[in-house]
Amino acid sequence: MLSPGDLLVIPFDDWVNDFVRGWLVPNFRPAFRAAQVPITLVLNGLDDFFNALPMLLTTGVFALAAWKWAGRSMAIFTLIGFAFIDMIGLWPQTMTTLAMIITSVLFCAVIGIPAGIVAARSDMVWKVLRPVLDIMQTIPSFVYLVPIVMLFGVGMAPGIIATIIFALPPIVRLTNLGIRNVRGDLIEAAQAFGSTGWQMLVDLQIPLAMRTIMAGLNQTLMLALSMVVIAALIGAGGLGLVVNTGLGRLDVGGATAGGVGIVILAIVLDRITQGLGEQNQAETVSLRAVFLNLIRLRGSHRPTGEIRKAG
Amino acid sequence: MPIKLSVRNVFKVFGRKTNAALELLAQGRSKEEILKATGATVGVQDASFDVGEGEIFVVMGLSGSGKSTLVRMLNGLIAPTSGSILIDGDDVASCGRRRLREIRREKIAMVFQHFALFPHWTVAENAAYGLRVKGVQAPERRERALKALDQVGLRAWAESLPSELSGGMQQRVGLARGLATGPEVLLMDEPFGALDPLIRREMQDELLALQKTLRKTIIFITHDLNEALLLGDKIAIMKDGRFVQVGTAQEIVSNPADDYVAAFVADIDRGRVFTAEDVSNDPAAVRLGTDNAEDAMRTMEDLNRNALYVVDDKDNIAGVVTYQDLAAATLDEEAPNPVLEEALITEYPTAAADDQLNALYGAASGGLPIAVTDERDRLVGVVEPEAVFAQLSGDEEEAGEEAPDAATPTETADSPGKERAHA
Repeated sequence: MLSPGDLLVIPFDDWVNDFVRGWLVPNFRPAFRAAQVPITLVLNGLDDFFNALPMLLTTGVFALAAWKWAGRSMAIFTLIGFAFIDMIGLWPQTMTTLAMIITSVLFCAVIGIPAGIVAARSDMVWKVLRPVLDIMQTIPSFVYLVPIVMLFGVGMAPGIIATIIFALPPIVRLTNLGIRNVRGDLIEAAQAFGSTGWQMLVDLQIPLAMRTIMAGLNQTLMLALSMVVIAALIGAGGLGLVVNTGLGRLDVGGATAGGVGIVILAIVLDRITQGLGEQNQAETVSLRAVFLNLIRLRGSHRPTGEIRKAG
Repeated sequence: MPIKLSVRNVFKVFGRKTNAALELLAQGRSKEEILKATGATVGVQDASFDVGEGEIFVVMGLSGSGKSTLVRMLNGLIAPTSGSILIDGDDVASCGRRRLREIRREKIAMVFQHFALFPHWTVAENAAYGLRVKGVQAPERRERALKALDQVGLRAWAESLPSELSGGMQQRVGLARGLATGPEVLLMDEPFGALDPLIRREMQDELLALQKTLRKTIIFITHDLNEALLLGDKIAIMKDGRFVQVGTAQEIVSNPADDYVAAFVADIDRGRVFTAEDVSNDPAAVRLGTDNAEDAMRTMEDLNRNALYVVDDKDNIAGVVTYQDLAAATLDEEAPNPVLEEALITEYPTAAADDQLNALYGAASGGLPIAVTDERDRLVGVVEPEAVFAQLSGDEEEAGEEAPDAATPTETADSPGKERAHA
């Protein structure tokens, strides 16, 4: 049978090889190397910080945060779970993973929220951005691990870059969605009173989209956690490395221990961020209040808390 | 009255082929034909009107008539396809974005059908929104917002969230937000449409009471003709994007421009549209001391009336005399031509010139003519009971000899829609 492949053979793989190896890597390697500097800085800072904190203090802070935003049973789970991680000897790796996750999510937010805002305000931008996000979400991460290693080398920072590529889409999508879903008559009212685009964004769109944006942040966080093991393939440390080492040595116990650590961390982070997002349900929390909430872990009785009960 | 807002030949066509649509419109094609030919929807066609300072101009129409589009063009939320919209000489239709923003901040505020309050802010913060946009500092902003809330009677709720308020209260906040910046023009897009009838009535009265002191230029959109007639100094009736008739409440009710308007007018409460002044006649009072019973009876016969008011030498009303009583008195042979005092009835109904007819039912049913008095209690007119009922039933010929201006057709320069409607 004749097939198109008999007539024409497209050397697609060669083209990509030529593009990446022949042009991208030699010309832009230094630029990409420089781009990972801020990531390395934030990551090292956080890694040192979390590893320097006494285990009991970190656990206490997390348990309090869980209590405030996710309820008492979650606080108890946090205490027991973190104690378990410590007892199976994986505390330092867990803290490294936590630092990696926070770094990834931070950069995802810094890139993704503005991108989502821009996409929400222009249909053109959204049309271009949407397929890009689709590709980022569907392309198997192993595909971009190779060029990442070529461009950035191996280590923690390249692992985080791979994580960012994988975890970025939800925050962009949900920021876009949240802002587009702000009621049309509110936008009209803001315009009728002579708001500038910036005033509308800060006064109205971001606060009202906050809940959706927080849901996106939660999704991004979960995706980042799921990349931990893959990122470890290109030199990122932490719990992912424990799992990979177990895999390499057919050490079932070691791999399981690392896996359990990841699961416990995932549950705790998920519930806390979900609780944070749901607090916006009452539609009363301004941007400032959210950041204050993030900073103030110990719950002084702020009006937002009371409204949450009422709502 | 100086003109505040002047709209000239404004068209709005939604869609791509706006020029083709405008041409077809000029050829007199209908909305449906144009939609078929060009795919463009005609929102508003050839609207022209002037609104004087401190006037309430009501645009009444059913949904899809283009009234919401029209009001949104007045503050540039929707840009007109052609035409000019002058507010104090600034053309909203053609000025730049920056100027438009300034006009919105300084001159023109809007109240929305579904309130459009910001759910994440308190009532006071909502009321202060226009000031916040203008960059007014927080303490002054708050003070002025509280003042505006005071005007609508919601100061006590300043720290509540909009969601804790009832619909009527929410719309008061919407009104306070509109008033706080001290705009000269207030656009109200079916502001009471989402409220239940009792609250709507209350809000209408309140708006009228507020307007007495504020004297804003108000463009009020509604689909309820009763509301339009109650509030409007001038009313425009819109259908398919064009003005069918522009005029005062009385003009529209007593002289509908076409069947469309007539159908609306048919079931409105005429008692709320017309006032004592509209049906009152020349007082033709007789004077105590100078006129005697025979003079009074002759006047009644001439004017075909059953009773006349009697004033004293200081022009104060002394009472009313009826033909029947006078006739009885003259039959008394001892005093063939008695003085008026003998038959004087001193219990008589009175009304102010701007009293609505539905407040006169009781007085009219007593059978005596109603004395229309001015603020110094002087007699300025007389309302015959029959005239009240004739006007209410829509039978104008009987509504008194010099019946209301309203009953005479008016073709004034400021109602251009009317000629078109006839054409």
